[in-house]
Amino acid sequence: MREIDMKRVNDTRDQMLATVKSPTLTHEQKVATMANLADSMLEVLDLPEGLDELMTDTIKTKCICDLAEGHAPLRPRYIIPDYGKFMREGSKFLQLEPPKDIYEAINSLLIFYKHVPSVTNFPVYVGALDELLEPFMDDVDEAQAKKLIKLFLTHMDRTILDSFSHANVGPVATKAGRLLLEAEAELEHAVPNVTMKYDEDLTSDEFALLGIKAALKSAKPSFANHKMFKSELNEDYVIASCYNGLKYGGGSYTLCRLILGNIAKRSKDLDDFFEHQLPYVCQVMADYMDSRIKFIVEESGFFENNFLAKEGFIHRDRFTAMFGMVGLAECVNYLMEMQGKTGRYGHDEEADALGVKIMDQIEAFNQAHVNPYCEVTGGHFLLHAQVGIDSDMGISPGTRIPIGEEPEELIDHLRHCEKFHKYFPSGTGDIFPIDTTVHKNNEFLLDIIKGSFREGIRYLSFYAADSDVIRITGYLVKRSEIEKLERGENVLQDTTALGMGAKHNSRIMERKVR
Amino acid sequence: MKVPVNKIIPFSAVDGPGNRTAVFVQGCNFNCRYCHNPETRNLCKNCGECVEKCPKHALYVENGEVRFRPELCCGCDTCIKTCRFGCSPRIQYLDAGEVFERIKKQMPYIRGITVSGGECTLYPDFLRELFVLCREAHLGTLLDSNGTLDFEAYPELLDVTDGVMLDVKAWTDEDHHTVTSVSNEMVLKNMRYLASQGKLFEVRTVIVPELFDCRGTVRETATLAAQYLDKGNIRYKIIKYRPMGVREEYAHYRVPDQAFLEELAELARSCGMTDVLIV
Repeated sequence: MREIDMKRVNDTRDQMLATVKSPTLTHEQKVATMANLADSMLEVLDLPEGLDELMTDTIKTKCICDLAEGHAPLRPRYIIPDYGKFMREGSKFLQLEPPKDIYEAINSLLIFYKHVPSVTNFPVYVGALDELLEPFMDDVDEAQAKKLIKLFLTHMDRTILDSFSHANVGPVATKAGRLLLEAEAELEHAVPNVTMKYDEDLTSDEFALLGIKAALKSAKPSFANHKMFKSELNEDYVIASCYNGLKYGGGSYTLCRLILGNIAKRSKDLDDFFEHQLPYVCQVMADYMDSRIKFIVEESGFFENNFLAKEGFIHRDRFTAMFGMVGLAECVNYLMEMQGKTGRYGHDEEADALGVKIMDQIEAFNQAHVNPYCEVTGGHFLLHAQVGIDSDMGISPGTRIPIGEEPEELIDHLRHCEKFHKYFPSGTGDIFPIDTTVHKNNEFLLDIIKGSFREGIRYLSFYAADSDVIRITGYLVKRSEIEKLERGENVLQDTTALGMGAKHNSRIMERKVR
Repeated sequence: MKVPVNKIIPFSAVDGPGNRTAVFVQGCNFNCRYCHNPETRNLCKNCGECVEKCPKHALYVENGEVRFRPELCCGCDTCIKTCRFGCSPRIQYLDAGEVFERIKKQMPYIRGITVSGGECTLYPDFLRELFVLCREAHLGTLLDSNGTLDFEAYPELLDVTDGVMLDVKAWTDEDHHTVTSVSNEMVLKNMRYLASQGKLFEVRTVIVPELFDCRGTVRETATLAAQYLDKGNIRYKIIKYRPMGVREEYAHYRVPDQAFLEELAELARSCGMTDVLIV
């Protein structure tokens, strides 16, 4: 381990003391922050040359960001346990037999969730809840089942204190799925996030409409293009965290992101951007990710010692990594201005074509880069349109059109999404607030989902413009909780602070209502 | 044939089931007191007054006729406010093929189209041509009508029309005259005929208690429609009058309260209607 200077040690100690004394952080949030600060003093990774300059500058110039993964990763960033195996076989480590009825099933899952690590220390995937619970639906009558599901969801909302936690339902309608969606609509909780895997050949209109109804009450579920994900990741994919497509029984070691706008700013001209700056930054980031993965796999001992791996709930060879990017819009607009052109991303054919060219180049880079521990995805990382973080300013998530510049007509907005969603098997998505005073017609949204998925859009989220639970970028927060935090009160979920940051820095309350 | 098109809304959630492109043609043969888009009623007289007032120069005169450049329009409605004849100059003359080209852009996001107005049945040949193109593309075809075209005399149009959303603005001829200045003899004939053919998708009544006998209208309309429910579902939409967009001289009517609307919806149900919606 490399030495660090005393100034850095003392600065970190100051931050730790401030954390101890913080009036707004809850106990759990303090413990997590303290652990991250301790971790920040470790220096064990083999860092590529040039990373420091690209990663440590301010948000106005930095080109690579590792999203607070820490200096010595002690677990993969996202872990996707095989809950089906747990339900079938139980767990030796947790001293649990396979559940025999719905009471045991829910109890076992709630126990399991407390033992699934992640970058946030909360499980980013809580399972295909409809599939997991459906075998137990005949144990009790429907009213009882609904009550148990509501208690289950409420327990999650109050103990998984982070809305990057994600449940899946669909694509096929089930009784458990229906009750879950009804419960979500009634409870209006922020946690867990939910995705409905949707395939018009498998998902009934009735089930999809139930999902839309729930989404307009509680900003979830979102809708994932099942055919598209299946064609890239096979049947055993899940949607976790914000909207990340990953392998069941695997996960993602790491997620780092390119800040494309700042890479554009480093460039002398368009040629310099494409010939030198973009390839250089991509290479440094890929090398950095390789180094992180090497440490997790070869040195951290996670895959040798954690019960999830030892009992086969996860498999090292089902993990991959996510090569992320943000701010394509700002990057394109900057490069257009640099050429003296006025066309804007999302509105101008040439600007959008430039965006496509940038994405093609990033994709080609990724296809040429090989990591020995990403066998499950052909030895390559998966591209990811990252949704941004609370401290981002003037950086649009992934390939989204900046808030305030959305096309007047929704059809034009969707046509734009069509061009970019294909690049991102490990996740992208667009979000549309809906004016439900006008639209008492949920089939309107169903038609839009069907059309979108036929046209190659990957993932869509809707919420009612006047609902309390809203989708910030990929995760969910209650407006009423943001208001509490703004008044300086404690709030239960750590994502509320991220939502507040995004509200102030990224205008997420000002999205164009459809 | 080219018809005056007032506007095309690419995605509409309020003009029939699902997501539809809504086409609004210009011109109407009724004079409804509560019309909320009175600028769609008349055809331009080419007086040119709006051309001078347009802040974006989106209007110009060519061969003595007012023309519109939609790409310059900012939607400020100065032209409509200027017009003494109750007419929008923002009209484009388009034939069925040209309108269809603009509809096609929304495929496969839409399940169909709805043609409204103005009064779209002033242009039955255009409707037929457009609907033939839509049917070929597997798009649904609805039209929104005041019911003054004798549909029975246009079987070829009806063949390519999925259904009609028909306004029954008042039941008695006297009341209908008060509301629209026109008789409703043809409207009621159409209601029976369309319902008997399974082509009456929806009937609707705008509720303005001071203007006509709302209870009587809802009762009689519901009773008649209910006799045909075995031919296919008919929705009864009870629409709350709202003063938005209504001409100043008629904007004084009282907005009916929710309780009255609920009472009317219940009345429609008691007459045998099952699909009743208040909007």
